[in-house]
Amino acid sequence: MSSDELIWRIAGGSGDGIDSTSQNFAKALMRSGLDVFTHRHYPSRIRGGHTYVEIRAADHEVQSRGDGYNFLLALGDSFARNPQEDAFYGNEEIKPLSENLDELREGGIIIYDEGLISEEDVEALDLEARAEENDWHVFPMDLRGLAREHGREVMRNTAGVGATAALLEMDLEHIEDLMSDAMGGDILEANLEILHEAYDTVTEEYDFEHDLRAPEGSHETEQALLSGSNAIAYGAIDAGCRFIAGYPMTPWTDVFTILSQNFPDMGGVSEQVEDEIAAAALAVGASHAGVKAMSGSSGGGFALMSEPLGLAEMTETPLVLIEAMRAGPSTGMPTKPEQSDLEHILYTSQGDSQRVVFAPGNIEEAYEQTRLAFEIAWDYQIPSIIIYDQKLSGENTNVDVEFFDREPQPDLGATLTEEELREAAHDNSGKFKRFNYEDAENGVSQRSIPGQKGGRFLATGNEHSPVGHINEDPDNRVAQMDRRLEKLESIREDLDSRESSTQTYFGDETADYGVITWGSSQGAVEEAVKRLNDDGHSVKGISVSDMMPFAEAEVTEFLESVDEAMVVEMNATAQFRGLLQKELGRFGEKLTSLLKYNGNPFEPAEIVEGYEVNFVEEDREPTAQVRIEPAAGD
Amino acid sequence: MSAFNAIGEEREIDRDEYTPGVEPQPTWCPGCGDFGVLKALKQALPEVGKTPEEVLTVTGIGCSGKLNSYLDTYGFHTIHGRSLPVARAAKLANPELEVIAAGGDGDGYGIGGNHFIHSARENHDITYIVFNNEIFGLTKGQTSPTSPKGHKSKTQPSGSAKTPLRPLSMSLNAGASYVARTAAVNPNQAKEIIKEAIEHDGFAHIDFLTQCPTWNKDARQYVPYVDVQESDDYDFDVSDREEAARMMRETEDVLNEGTVLTGRYYVEDDRPSYQQEKHAVGELPDEPLAERYFDDDAEWERSYDLLERHT
Ligand SMILES: Cc1ncc(C[n+]2csc(CCOP(=O)(O)OP(=O)(O)O)c2C)c(N)n1
Ligand code: SF4
Repeated sequence: MSSDELIWRIAGGSGDGIDSTSQNFAKALMRSGLDVFTHRHYPSRIRGGHTYVEIRAADHEVQSRGDGYNFLLALGDSFARNPQEDAFYGNEEIKPLSENLDELREGGIIIYDEGLISEEDVEALDLEARAEENDWHVFPMDLRGLAREHGREVMRNTAGVGATAALLEMDLEHIEDLMSDAMGGDILEANLEILHEAYDTVTEEYDFEHDLRAPEGSHETEQALLSGSNAIAYGAIDAGCRFIAGYPMTPWTDVFTILSQNFPDMGGVSEQVEDEIAAAALAVGASHAGVKAMSGSSGGGFALMSEPLGLAEMTETPLVLIEAMRAGPSTGMPTKPEQSDLEHILYTSQGDSQRVVFAPGNIEEAYEQTRLAFEIAWDYQIPSIIIYDQKLSGENTNVDVEFFDREPQPDLGATLTEEELREAAHDNSGKFKRFNYEDAENGVSQRSIPGQKGGRFLATGNEHSPVGHINEDPDNRVAQMDRRLEKLESIREDLDSRESSTQTYFGDETADYGVITWGSSQGAVEEAVKRLNDDGHSVKGISVSDMMPFAEAEVTEFLESVDEAMVVEMNATAQFRGLLQKELGRFGEKLTSLLKYNGNPFEPAEIVEGYEVNFVEEDREPTAQVRIEPAAGD
Repeated sequence: MSAFNAIGEEREIDRDEYTPGVEPQPTWCPGCGDFGVLKALKQALPEVGKTPEEVLTVTGIGCSGKLNSYLDTYGFHTIHGRSLPVARAAKLANPELEVIAAGGDGDGYGIGGNHFIHSARENHDITYIVFNNEIFGLTKGQTSPTSPKGHKSKTQPSGSAKTPLRPLSMSLNAGASYVARTAAVNPNQAKEIIKEAIEHDGFAHIDFLTQCPTWNKDARQYVPYVDVQESDDYDFDVSDREEAARMMRETEDVLNEGTVLTGRYYVEDDRPSYQQEKHAVGELPDEPLAERYFDDDAEWERSYDLLERHT
């Protein structure tokens, strides 16, 4: 017998090895043929502090963490102890158990580490009564003791995984394989012993009186487990990016790290520099010198990039910037996701400044749209930005390996070779008309790279003549400005004429009720729409990726086709809804907002509830930590 | 095919090649020291055998930032204070380019101070010329980081309470491997120093004294200069950090009082440049990155070669 889905939560102290343990367990589940989705919750500190990772695994596609979970492995927080005094910092050690109970579903399973969580603490929690009430199945085990006996205390995670596998009646094969890939020698030996002993102890000594078993699934093709940061980094690699400059800031650091680690092997260059102004300016310099380059940051760091961003635009230096949002304003909540930098990145930088902005909604889109961001940036000589958030950055899902089987694109766009430069237009001093507005196509003028013969020009952040001399002549100004402005229109046409849309649609096409969202909220919305339709409602959804130039035609069509629409986004000021209304100039009366900004991403049930409150039972107040912002005129 | 094979071609290079046609004419004030830098560069570049296409000049904002408008190389006139990060990256992307960054004292020691320290520390193989006129020129005469204490300007009407920054000591301490000071009124020395700086492998910082007759009439920039290398009074070893530091201190102490010393202060020939260090640890490829995009045979790594660790 197998269950429909498993949502396994491993909880402990930050720094207790929960990440690697859960990554391996998720892979084992994927290798057994299941679709997986991981969600990481972590505090903003390096060691200690309550943290958990959730893995959702099912025999069907999973796009969000789901609502609640059904299996808790509570390890205890070893960093809550002060090793010198053998004392406790408050009662933090119990947190992996106590802090997680609210979301555990009925019929769920709990394994907790008796070795770290004391009996008195458990009694104080009233666990027995709650278990009875919720039909939970509680399995205390001395995981720490078991790990100590065979190796080292940290291996209690392995004991927990062994016990999990036993309770779910899982095969240990994939787990063992992954362990042997990751380690060797005595460490591997000890881990395998612990794994088996925990498995056997549970099988032999505990009574299973629960229904939860590992689901069964089968993939037809090989799968890879990737995070959004991996997908962005790999998208950049395939786009031909070979230069990255950055300054660390969570969660952007992940992309920066992945590329820094891979570039040496592929002849790319990574630079960690003094600040974000420098980082983006380096990307501009490298791109100017003929390399596909990128930089990026999170909110506060991106604020510093506003200057070089404008410089790239004025000098028409192609460039990709990555903006990994976290909760703001200012330093905000460094480890919590939010979708609240949209206006910041759309409008930052002085003047009539423009850029391209894509907001991918899941792992595949993160890869695809990063490639697209590079392609557009170099084809149109304009900066483009990928905006995503801490949620998409860290969540892992399985992707068909074949999805990546495509050609790299090192193409530099309208960049001339020396032969072509010989034929190109020059002024009478022999300078190349780099910023020629006369034969520009789609607003794009042809470009040369320093070092090329016959391509000399001046790039400047000042308004300039076709060869790049500073120039304030009114006619030249208008011609140059109009040419640059034309790019965004051309890009819109280009994107609209492509076979596949960057927007994602789901639900019942004929529905009169629409849900509209963007970025990483996409998964939860998609799942909620599916659930509503399964329950007999008629709802459809769209997740928008093209923020600038805005997906005007597609969104207009969607909104015209519904009577009402709910805009779902993770911020307090309805920034995306504002953008919709600004870009489309109407629909204000059709739109309601469902907003969440408590530091946690949407769960599908909250969106279902939002729909019910908005549409079915209008007098009801939402119970979840979300806010409803009514339609204009309401 | 390489798009960069212009580099290294042998021929006589005429300094007129570095001058744009009739346009644009410099907009600097008559008597401005910036003319001196332009002239010295125009003389030095052909003498080091560089064609205009092999050179990228990257400037900041200010009167000084206009340099590459009047010098006909590849140029990038960036934004206030940011010439160095742009220049560093261009050099990393294509080490075959001769990269020269330039800007004013406000630009380079003020708003761009952080980039200055770190570029020197990392010893990037670029030449950095700071037009030091001890004043903000383009924005009409405000006090700059090198203006003397007590200097009166519209923004510090009672006289600046700040001690001026010491650019030479600062770059020595930050890690520059070539530090010199020259002056617009000393054209022969200026040319020689620029040539040395270009040929130096590493971060070559030139504090270039440029008079601003429009806003800084009081500055001591008209007094005769003493070339420290020419004078027996100032005998010291330019490769000795301690001696260099002492000399710099002396110079910087007296700069605003009368004696203006110029010349090279510190030359460290055996220190590898950042590019060499980065190459040595395997983080900078052998071939210029930029060339690969023009090479039809280049092998481009694919991301799916990396997927194995995710399956
Ligand atoms: C971010 C920013 N801040 C301020 C300015 C205005 N600004 C232009 S030039 C300049 C000062 C230039 O002084 P300096 O670098 O000493 O050069 P000089 O004009 O004397 O050659 C300032 C403050 C600017 N362009 N950008
Ligand atoms: S204001 Fe001063 S620095 Fe600027 S051009 Fe005139 S003299 Fe030169």
